[in-house]
Amino acid sequence: MTAYTPAELGQFVQPGRVHRSLYTDPAIFELEMERIFGQAWIYVGHESQVTRAGDYVATAIAQKPLLLVRHSDGKIYVLHNQCAHRGAMVVAAERGNASEFRCCYHGWTYNTDGKLISAPLLQGYPGHFDPQDPRTAMVQVPRVASYRGFVFASLAPEGPSLESFLGYMTTSLDDMVDRAPDGEIEVAGGVFKHAYNANWKLYLENLCDAAHPIFVHQSSIEAAKAQPDVPPPSAAGEIAIRQMRQNGAPYSFWESQVGIWTYPNGHSFLGDYHDDAKLVAALKDPAFRDYIAALEAKQGKERAKQILEVRRWNSNIYPNLSFMSQFQQLRVVHPVALNRTVVYTYNFRLKGAPEKMFEQTIAFANVVNGTGSLVLTDDLETYGRIGTGLMSGGAEWLQIGRGFASDLADEHGGRRGKNSTSEIFIRNMFDAWLGLMTAATASAERAA
Amino acid sequence: MPELTEAEARRFLLQEARLLDEARYEEWLALFMADAWYWVPSQPEQKSPLDTVSLIYDDRRLMETRVRRLGNPHMHAQQPASRTSRIVANVTLEATNPPEQAAAVRSKLLMVEFRRNEQRLFAGTCLHRLVRAGDGLKIASKRVDLVNCEGELEGLVVPF
Repeated sequence: MTAYTPAELGQFVQPGRVHRSLYTDPAIFELEMERIFGQAWIYVGHESQVTRAGDYVATAIAQKPLLLVRHSDGKIYVLHNQCAHRGAMVVAAERGNASEFRCCYHGWTYNTDGKLISAPLLQGYPGHFDPQDPRTAMVQVPRVASYRGFVFASLAPEGPSLESFLGYMTTSLDDMVDRAPDGEIEVAGGVFKHAYNANWKLYLENLCDAAHPIFVHQSSIEAAKAQPDVPPPSAAGEIAIRQMRQNGAPYSFWESQVGIWTYPNGHSFLGDYHDDAKLVAALKDPAFRDYIAALEAKQGKERAKQILEVRRWNSNIYPNLSFMSQFQQLRVVHPVALNRTVVYTYNFRLKGAPEKMFEQTIAFANVVNGTGSLVLTDDLETYGRIGTGLMSGGAEWLQIGRGFASDLADEHGGRRGKNSTSEIFIRNMFDAWLGLMTAATASAERAA
Repeated sequence: MPELTEAEARRFLLQEARLLDEARYEEWLALFMADAWYWVPSQPEQKSPLDTVSLIYDDRRLMETRVRRLGNPHMHAQQPASRTSRIVANVTLEATNPPEQAAAVRSKLLMVEFRRNEQRLFAGTCLHRLVRAGDGLKIASKRVDLVNCEGELEGLVVPF
């Protein structure tokens, strides 16, 4: 494996362009797992998935199998799913409730905070073996923190706090939660797990890319535009068909009505997007009308108006989380290998909202984010073609300079594109990439 | 009108599979009633398509859009196009129903899809509800439960 110096890594990220090897070099991928996924705050789940003591759900940081657990002290822990004895995965189920975890191999038994309770035949071990040692345990991930129910973990014992890492992006997470009349959301409705044969970075790089839909999604745009309208609109199909048509908006729309905002640590969101009246005919939709009434009843008219006026589309939290408040979607990108990525997509229910609203969330998810989606399948094909194309050894530098000369400062400490077609959000992710990739080296060098 | 027989149901399902294998999607669509739905759940024994996501859940409008997209020259996910080979077997009538009402027919599907040097194997159980229409049969609804429905999957483009 090539050992890159910080200066060499720095050469790969230049104004408006990045080197091809960031997507093709296995050594870079290994470094990313260690320095990005081993260091940054990574979303590992939502508190609604583990509400009672003993509730657990399988999660992961990059390829590391972990457990998100609610312990009897009420706190949430993230445990490495590995027995301290011989290394077997202790918990095989994807979710459940348990008072303790017992390894299938020799019966080592752990509390739900990961500490060893008992193991058979403990006599006769050498003196350095201490069953009370937290390293003789299902080891806890050193840092776990929540923001409004969203749980993040960091494999690094030290680093910035979660709130400092999120910065202004907390407002996007607020937007996810505030839309619930009861002020709470919960994971519900199953999960999609879709896979593609290309690099993990491509996924977030696509989600705020306003210039791709008219090419990538041409087939679904044209198919939806040709679909006759029928009164009254079909419930399941209508949201999807409107969204597919919306993807066909001309550049002039993206340049005049949509913005892109970026913030430190690689985060970004597309904003000013999503006109409810255009996309879901929301104002004419009885479900949406009932929802607004429920929100106003709980939060008051003025506050409800403020909440609904936040018009963000995808919000990306670097390195691997993307969510969207309008239809309560959340996607987690899991790097598997240099050219293999799996994305888990979740839905949230707005507590206190009419159940019809959640049905719309599901209908939207199926057609836009689903494995059999009319939209997403063309994105997945495109990622795969990038994976293959990059192997051809053609152009050495990949261009991420769109809008470079016209980016602007933002009042909340970030930078924004002049309009949504700017690739500023990709440049911003590579700034964070370089920071994480070289900071670890720097601190290791200091230690040495 | 006579009650649906197992042999008649089998003939119909084999013809449907042939249309799909030959990518005759418009003709496949024509087998469905105007108010039909087509459902590929994302969870084993999924109870409802409304409160849980589905790999595919199309009403007739979305089926029409899906089929129209399959014929679109700019559908990147089908360049090159897939070739498929289906085996439909274990056809059984779920219950006998009075004529003119939908009869539930259960079958097993084994489908191989080949595309760009990669071969995928899908297996599952289909539940068709068939109704008489004129001289033939039409599909009132079709549900396909894949054995790996909750697993990690690459994009699903060709209907099952």
